[in-house]
Amino acid sequence: MSEVAALPNGWQLIVGLEVHVELATKTKMFSASANRFGDEPNTNIDPVTLGLPGALPVLNKHAIELAMRIGLALNCKVQPCTFHRKNYFYPDLPKAFQITQYDHPLNVDGFLMLPGDVRIGIERAHLEEDTGKSTHFGGASGRIHGSDYSLIDFNRAGVPLVEIVSRPDIRTSEQARQYVAELRSILLAVGASDAKMEEGSMRCDVNVSVHKPGTPFGTRCEIKNVNSIRSVGRAIDYESRRQVDLIESGGTIRQETRHWDDSTGRTETLRTKEDADDYRYFLEPDLVPLVPDQSWIEAVRAALPVLPAARRQALAELCGVDKDGESAIVVVERGQDDYVREVISAGGDARRAVIYVQQAFAEQGASPKVSAKDLAALTVLERDAKVTSTQAKTLLTDLIEAGGGDVLAMAAKRGFEALDTSAVEAMVDAAIAAEPGAWQKYCSGEEKALGALVGAVMKSSKGKADGKVITALLQAKKTA
Amino acid sequence: MQKLVEIASGVSGGTLKAIDVVEEYLKRISARESEIHAFNLVTAEQARHDAEKIDNDIKAGKKVGALAGVPIALKDNMCTRGVETTCSSKILQGWKPPYDATVVTKLRNAGAVIVGKTNLDEFAMGSSTENSAFGPTRNPYDISRVPGGSSGGSAAAVAAGFAAASLGSDTGGSIRQPAALCGVVGVKPTYGTVSRYGLVAFASSLDQIGPFTSDVRDAATLLETISGHDPMDSTSIPQPALSLVSVLDQGVKGMRVGRVTDLPEGCEPDVLERLEASFDALRSAGATIVDVKLPSLQYCLTAYYLIAPAEASSNLARYDGVRFGNRVDAADLNSMYAATREAGFGEEVKRRIMLGTYALSAGYFDAYYGKALKVRRLISDDFARAYQNVDTILTPTSPSVAFKFGSKTDNPLAMYLCDVFTIPTNLAGHPAMSVPFGVGADSMPVGIQVLAPTLGEQAMFKVAAELERAS
Amino acid sequence: MAEKISQETVIKVSRLARLSLNTDEVEKMTAQLAGMLEHFRDIDALDLANVEPMTQPYPLKNVVREDVIAPSLDRDEVLSQAPTAESGRFRVPPTIGFDV
Repeated sequence: MSEVAALPNGWQLIVGLEVHVELATKTKMFSASANRFGDEPNTNIDPVTLGLPGALPVLNKHAIELAMRIGLALNCKVQPCTFHRKNYFYPDLPKAFQITQYDHPLNVDGFLMLPGDVRIGIERAHLEEDTGKSTHFGGASGRIHGSDYSLIDFNRAGVPLVEIVSRPDIRTSEQARQYVAELRSILLAVGASDAKMEEGSMRCDVNVSVHKPGTPFGTRCEIKNVNSIRSVGRAIDYESRRQVDLIESGGTIRQETRHWDDSTGRTETLRTKEDADDYRYFLEPDLVPLVPDQSWIEAVRAALPVLPAARRQALAELCGVDKDGESAIVVVERGQDDYVREVISAGGDARRAVIYVQQAFAEQGASPKVSAKDLAALTVLERDAKVTSTQAKTLLTDLIEAGGGDVLAMAAKRGFEALDTSAVEAMVDAAIAAEPGAWQKYCSGEEKALGALVGAVMKSSKGKADGKVITALLQAKKTA
Repeated sequence: MQKLVEIASGVSGGTLKAIDVVEEYLKRISARESEIHAFNLVTAEQARHDAEKIDNDIKAGKKVGALAGVPIALKDNMCTRGVETTCSSKILQGWKPPYDATVVTKLRNAGAVIVGKTNLDEFAMGSSTENSAFGPTRNPYDISRVPGGSSGGSAAAVAAGFAAASLGSDTGGSIRQPAALCGVVGVKPTYGTVSRYGLVAFASSLDQIGPFTSDVRDAATLLETISGHDPMDSTSIPQPALSLVSVLDQGVKGMRVGRVTDLPEGCEPDVLERLEASFDALRSAGATIVDVKLPSLQYCLTAYYLIAPAEASSNLARYDGVRFGNRVDAADLNSMYAATREAGFGEEVKRRIMLGTYALSAGYFDAYYGKALKVRRLISDDFARAYQNVDTILTPTSPSVAFKFGSKTDNPLAMYLCDVFTIPTNLAGHPAMSVPFGVGADSMPVGIQVLAPTLGEQAMFKVAAELERAS
Repeated sequence: MAEKISQETVIKVSRLARLSLNTDEVEKMTAQLAGMLEHFRDIDALDLANVEPMTQPYPLKNVVREDVIAPSLDRDEVLSQAPTAESGRFRVPPTIGFDV
């Protein structure tokens, strides 16, 4: 994704995100019908799911614990909480109210760290229930507007959701993307959700406003239907420019909900604040307060895995790479950091191990077929200049294809017999003697001349000498 | 009229056949139901089938439950799988729930035979059954008078001998007031002792199911059967079923019974006379009568008529013509909603939905609903203070005996005042029951209400049993 | 408490509640609600500043269930009770405008 230029004329972007995640429970938030994606319509239904007269909700303990995991992973305070009814009519909302947390949510006041030690505040992460799914038929667009009728499937109704509300601490679309990516990796790490944006188990609403530093935040617009991390960035870039253009041309921003259209790359008005419903929140009388005591909270905390940020940090320290760099991010995201650690324990070179895994193990999952010992052997071979880096890459491919094996035998089979440093040194001396002009230029500071010397050595070694080793030897001789 | 306990022991002991009992009751229903209209539906065939099964089980030596062969009627706001459940509303007419309420399961497991679904004020909103979409129930004592409500059909069914017992629901007096007006026993248990799962909600924090019977022992037996923790109801108190029958003969010697000195005005003199007679009876039986003050009682009506409609406005939003019940078709969704609800709900239900929606809406919440919740606390605190000095409190159940049809229909507030003595109990979540205690004006039955603190059912039943012995 | 309830408020509330009251009903409802709200002013006399609202009669907390699946209701049985159903789903008229 190309970097989009900052907003013109000193405008500053302000973004807050509301992310809904479906929890990875077996059953629904308030009843025992199955929480399963992709089943036949209306086959995971019960009186509670359908809001039948007489049905009553009962809290799912596992959903509460997954929500607590999310809260603790986001450094939130986990507190006594209650459930409210949010009343509005919509055909996919069976009871005509959603049970949600209002003034006393389960998790409050947390934060999430982005690369570069940027801290994004988490206002709250609360429990609620999902709605059913409407499909619109007829009309030209297949959209709500202009359809002839809708069909409703209640399988998703009552699926447990956690809504994670950030503070308006995000200042660039890149940060917003990083936030969603980091949040997603945390959710996966703690096992709270499968967080599949394409299946809707993780959904983002983006609040965008603009202002000039030193002045109050502008009126914000909420963007819905942002279904990928890439769209988060695109939608923010589009919307912030729209707002700046509107203000600069003398218009004013209306508080409204806007719809992101991924195909046109634009946002459009969905509804304005004026026609917003009066939700008549009141305490859900069919549920009692949830008061997690310290021992419950600590038990959940104790079961939390090491989180991605800490894993990246540890991996970075171990391997001497940047904790916010690509290799640490990718390897931890794939869950291959433990494997890298095994390679190092087996005597492997730390830096090479993490980079090999980042570059070549995308398809391997958390437990690669290549044994840690075999990969360790390859890193050592390269480190000790027994093979060139180009040869090492070839051997890595061989190793992965074979699912592991004796690297030395593989090298031999390829004819990559090692050249020791003294042999290379002799060739370097020969090259200096053969190319005195180039050597002179190199010694007087013309780095370009290095190429001719290295090339000569490579040629005489028939490609078996390591370019890095040659360079190092030439360097040493120059300064000697 | 046979007692529930006699039928159950006769059937399980082999001296009575369940099918004969059921036929006897069905005969009485066909003789007089057209006059009384206690039922929305008589489930004669299913009842015969269930009775025969019980007889067969007994013949086969199988163990049967505590209510074996007892014909019981259910208020038509309790879900019965595959059997029409209407709440006496056009919007639900024809609806066959795909599940049974917990009380229905408990009754069936105990061997009870369900004979039908009884009439009520639409969605249990009313005090006379005049708000039923299917026409009112008549009082078996005088068919020109109301049976009370909202569980008027259940009260009348027991009074007319259509069932040995029935279940009703009580949100502001809907069991006790009709029990008083029909001369039967009616109990509203402590909130949380009987599961609400499958009871069509009116006001969730006030609703409670309870029995109607012809005497106190039957009420105790039936309540023992239907009470107890239900994991399907989050507000169900985690404790075993109530134990009540064992205390009925213990008498009231040494018990302290409260007389409310600041009782709201407006009671008929005959009713007050019966209240005094009830104190006399308890005093003679060895109880001490103690004066108590409940200063917040006068605010109960306000608190109740803000809280109950607020909850109801939300509970009744699900009747939207989408998943069940009736729909009035329209070109677009919002028109369909409005047309469906306009045609499906009666006047009183709409009035309460409007009142409740208003009380919860932005700008009015604090002034109405928010304040009402605080008044509810004051009332609860008043009771707590009073119960430091007494075990139970006695009041009239209803300010008057059964009134004539149409006498209060034009004035909602006058109708609401029928519940002035019963509402406080629901707000506090306490148990209370109405026991017939003689007659008042025009020889119509008068009920005395026995109130007790949370889970004070044993004390309440002791006093009720004593009043029954004295009447 | 608030000022006397107006017909405009009654109409607004009826929309929120999805009740389509006709002109006569609005008039009657306004009068009746005004009468009740007038009666309900009695609690304005109470000092409620330090009173904790009471929302439930019996103090329970942490009522939860285990995450164990129970069988679904039968779809045909459920849809047989729906006003209109199609292809295993509930059918409703179209939404006019961008409402959600």
